[in-house]
Amino acid sequence: MSLPDANDRVTGGTPLLEVKGVTLQYRTRQHVVTATYRVSFDVHRSERYVILGPSGCGKSTLLKAIGGYVAPVEGQILLAGEPRRTPGPDRVFVFQDFEQLLPWKTVCENIVFALTAAGRWRPREARERALHYIAKVGLTEFAHGYPHTLSGGMKQRVAIARGLAMEPQVLLMDEPFAALDALTRARMQEELLQLWEEARLTVLFVTHSISEAIRVAQRILLLTPHPGQVRAELNSTGEDVVGADGVRLSARIEELLFGAAWRSSGAAHD
Amino acid sequence: MTDARIPLVRPERLESPLPASDVVQQPLGVWTRAWDNGGLRKTMLLVVLLATWEGYARWLDNPLLFPTFSATLVALLNGLASGQIPRAAVFTMSLLLRGYLLGLVLAGVLVACAAASRLGSDLLETLSAMFNPLPSVALLPLALIWFGLGNAGVIFVLVHAVLWAVALNTFAGVKAISPTLRMVGQNYGLSTLGLITRVLIPGAFPSLLTGAKVGWAFAWRTLIAAELVFGVTSGSGGLGWYIYEQKNELRIPEVFAGLLTVTLFGLFVEHVVFRTIEVRTVRRWGMQT
Repeated sequence: MSLPDANDRVTGGTPLLEVKGVTLQYRTRQHVVTATYRVSFDVHRSERYVILGPSGCGKSTLLKAIGGYVAPVEGQILLAGEPRRTPGPDRVFVFQDFEQLLPWKTVCENIVFALTAAGRWRPREARERALHYIAKVGLTEFAHGYPHTLSGGMKQRVAIARGLAMEPQVLLMDEPFAALDALTRARMQEELLQLWEEARLTVLFVTHSISEAIRVAQRILLLTPHPGQVRAELNSTGEDVVGADGVRLSARIEELLFGAAWRSSGAAHD
Repeated sequence: MTDARIPLVRPERLESPLPASDVVQQPLGVWTRAWDNGGLRKTMLLVVLLATWEGYARWLDNPLLFPTFSATLVALLNGLASGQIPRAAVFTMSLLLRGYLLGLVLAGVLVACAAASRLGSDLLETLSAMFNPLPSVALLPLALIWFGLGNAGVIFVLVHAVLWAVALNTFAGVKAISPTLRMVGQNYGLSTLGLITRVLIPGAFPSLLTGAKVGWAFAWRTLIAAELVFGVTSGSGGLGWYIYEQKNELRIPEVFAGLLTVTLFGLFVEHVVFRTIEVRTVRRWGMQT
């Protein structure tokens, strides 16, 4: 499968999603914790954009803010130039949690539910659409089964099919493969890239795995932890290439995120 | 001796497994399957219990204290044939269903308020903490003063018996729903009402069913007790009244027949009505095993 080169992308025009100096806080019982501090970045249409950082860098909170679940205390989030303050079907979420499918609905009904709840499709069209996208993720046999009969990977495929069927402006994926085993995870990454080839949807993907970020991304945003701040924004071709400076991309990312602390502490490699 | 530190290099090995479907799946034996049948197991238990009853009553040989199962069965059949028990049962059932359904609806409204706002959940918690411990029968004298000697007073008491059990259980279920499911509902643009009816209520269904079962039992107890204590509260009597009347005439097998009718209703509702609902909903959805 040939992936388009990072330089092939159309990067002109206004970005689809603009995150401008966003500070996010959440409350625990005793404290107000700052999850991200003045984070800014742009995502263009049809881009595969990955937010990468260690735990505690506020990447999931950032994604929730873009999804409209958390309001920024400072800064702005604009989708196609408009601020969005509540969750809505123009920004569909794929969660890490396998339990994001309604257990009382079959695979097909889960997708039909999403399509009709948004009010954009009539039940009959929604059904055809649902079956079409179920076929795309290769689950036709299981279309009328209930979620509890599926494996974790299959559930995530259904969630992705549901997201694709909605044709959102941007698909928000919050570590969707983190709870899968390594083999399934690698396969799901390939499938996601194939689906993207067909649909050319804007994908915003959060992960803590460097190898996954390199595989999935066209552009990678690196966040440092406590609080989350932008460290760098890099391009990726999908391969762990050796750059002009003779350093592998993965090694560069490790250096940027962990610096000297990385080598001395010998933190686990993902 | 080879050096243990040097790993032994062995050639690679490739095999092509043969299809062996009979090894993968084998049918269960007849006895295993019979023992897996819950209906059969329970029938067996029931037969043992009835045989114990019959044996003990025969050994006691005192029909005034403890009639045999066979005598009770005869009394039941006589009662059924004379139409006395069916009339009483229909009367009790119609009253019971009205109170029960009204209680369910009110519980639904209360839980919806509680799910929608913090103040609503405070209201539910406070009201149920105050009223749940009050025995329904204790409210009956008051209800009779308020609503007069009619069905309305009994229905009021039934609603009280059902409401708190169902509301508390359902709300516990709503609180246990994974936050991801709520977020999914909001993601696809559901309104608060849509979220309640399309995500929260089905999500809380296992607890809702438990609440409905507990509420059903409370409703029965309340109604029979009300009829026993206060007799006829309206035109004709129900099962509780039937039991009371038979006791006054010392027809103990008939008293047992009345009690047996109540337990038969209990068995039917638990094993046919609620079981069917469970099989078609929570078990099918994998929310309960």
